Amino acid sequence: MEQFTGKVWVLGDDIDTDIIIPTEYLALPTVEDMKPYGFSPLRPELAGQIRKGDILVAGKNFGCGSSREQAPEIIKALGIRCVIAKSYARIFFRNSINNGLLLIENSQVQEDVKEGDSIIVKVGESISLNGKDYPIQPLPGNLMEILEAGGLVAAMQKRNGIRRA
Amino acid sequence: MGNTLIEKIIMKNTGLKDVAPGQIVTVRPDRVMIHDIFIPFVAEKFEEMGFTKLDDPDKVVLIYDHLVPASLVEDIRHFKIGDAFAEKYGLTHVHRSDGICHQLMTEQGYAKPGNIVFGTDSHTTTYGCVGCFSTGIGYTEMASILGTGELWVRVPETIKVELEGALPDNVMAKDVILTLLGDLHSDGATYKALEFTGSGVDAMSVSSRMTISNMAVEAGAKCCLFRPDEKTCEYSKVSMEDVAWLKADPDASYERTVHYDAKDIKPVLAAPSRVDNIHKVSELEGTPIDQVFIGSCTNGRLEDLAAAAKIMGGKKVAVRTIVTPASRDIYKAALKAGYLETLSKAGCIITQPGCGLCCGRAGGILADGEKVLATNNRNFLGRMGSSKVEIFLGSPKTAACSAISGRITMP
Repeated sequence: MEQFTGKVWVLGDDIDTDIIIPTEYLALPTVEDMKPYGFSPLRPELAGQIRKGDILVAGKNFGCGSSREQAPEIIKALGIRCVIAKSYARIFFRNSINNGLLLIENSQVQEDVKEGDSIIVKVGESISLNGKDYPIQPLPGNLMEILEAGGLVAAMQKRNGIRRA
Repeated sequence: MGNTLIEKIIMKNTGLKDVAPGQIVTVRPDRVMIHDIFIPFVAEKFEEMGFTKLDDPDKVVLIYDHLVPASLVEDIRHFKIGDAFAEKYGLTHVHRSDGICHQLMTEQGYAKPGNIVFGTDSHTTTYGCVGCFSTGIGYTEMASILGTGELWVRVPETIKVELEGALPDNVMAKDVILTLLGDLHSDGATYKALEFTGSGVDAMSVSSRMTISNMAVEAGAKCCLFRPDEKTCEYSKVSMEDVAWLKADPDASYERTVHYDAKDIKPVLAAPSRVDNIHKVSELEGTPIDQVFIGSCTNGRLEDLAAAAKIMGGKKVAVRTIVTPASRDIYKAALKAGYLETLSKAGCIITQPGCGLCCGRAGGILADGEKVLATNNRNFLGRMGSSKVEIFLGSPKTAACSAISGRITMP
């Protein structure tokens, strides 16, 4: 079972995709160009503070709003290893899996976590915080296949015979 | 056990004899819609995936609207990439300045009753107004559909929304969907289908139903369906026999039913900065505003412009007022009916059909500390300019009355 530890950033409920990346930056040529503006309407300094391997913890309805796929792409590009939220909006959920960003649904850890804490994630099994374990549900099989392929592009490349399984 | 409307559409598409909520099935969409903001990413992912041809070019509609007309020189890149993709892969359905994608998809007959349609914009739920299962997806999934012609979906649970009776004169479909958002909240229908029924819905025009299905995604809904009736058939140019199968069974199973008496619905606003922060207009009356916006794919149709023109006729607006028809056809019809002249004489700025102001890119964006009363669908932070703009969402009637007084005003 894959396991990793990360430092936590805490956000609230209803973090919409306009907060994750405002429309005015969507026509920048690459996700790397957009990355510095991630979360800028809410916390302009956050994109510069996140380090590779950090974990985002949020409340309900994370990723609500527009279909912009740059939202999960930017979160991944900032180095976030996984998001733990009470719930996700559906387009964001699909986009994240398709880009190989791990999402974990859990409603308890938000009450106990503080920004800067360390969380241990055992994928498909549990989250540990300050010695306490929080069980998590595994994802459906078809979604795990896409995640394990490294995202939908890689899964399609395999289908089209341009990437070895 | 019978089936809901969304289950019927999925069964028809897949050929399955029964489906149940939670089941994962593969569907073959009848159409897909790609808009200008995301076409560069769709094109890139499509080729990166190793595809060399489209599964069916006739199923693909490419619409330029978010960046029309261009406000930054970089925007042109999106049109060039779109044009090149259309040329290379044989797309024939390309709209470069005809209006907002969600208006054009039903207006131009691309999304029909009983169809399954996916689009790269979240407000793709709009086509449920004609009984089409339509929903938004990301550009990577769009690229995979272009190549394979198929997509997996989870059969959603259905929430039934009953609206019975007649709406008061000062209440519009916008007030109905805002009221529902206040009750369901912004995640109350996540992953689920909404199915609207009742005499209040039967009495509505297809345009009014479109306002509701457009904003259903603000409750997280996967789709928002209206059973087609004679009005739908006339609008979508199909026969009643064509849509006879498109109805929920009497013993269909709903997750829950929400009931409204139309006469009890009041003019309401979504106050900053959440779509479910719903207040009666009467509670906020008198709040000074800096700008009014009437238009968008939510409320830029002929009946919306007619309502605004009726209120503004012979009067002058007290604040900057931007009017954006949802499509070129609506623009032309409003011109012919005299609505645009009335609105222009009242001092409104009438823009070309497009998404500019609603998505905060162009055509009337606002500055720190300003307040706007707008008829579009989102009031998120930074949505219409600076992240310190306060956006109130309301109906065209509320917007028009408030434009005249310069304050939030009861219609």
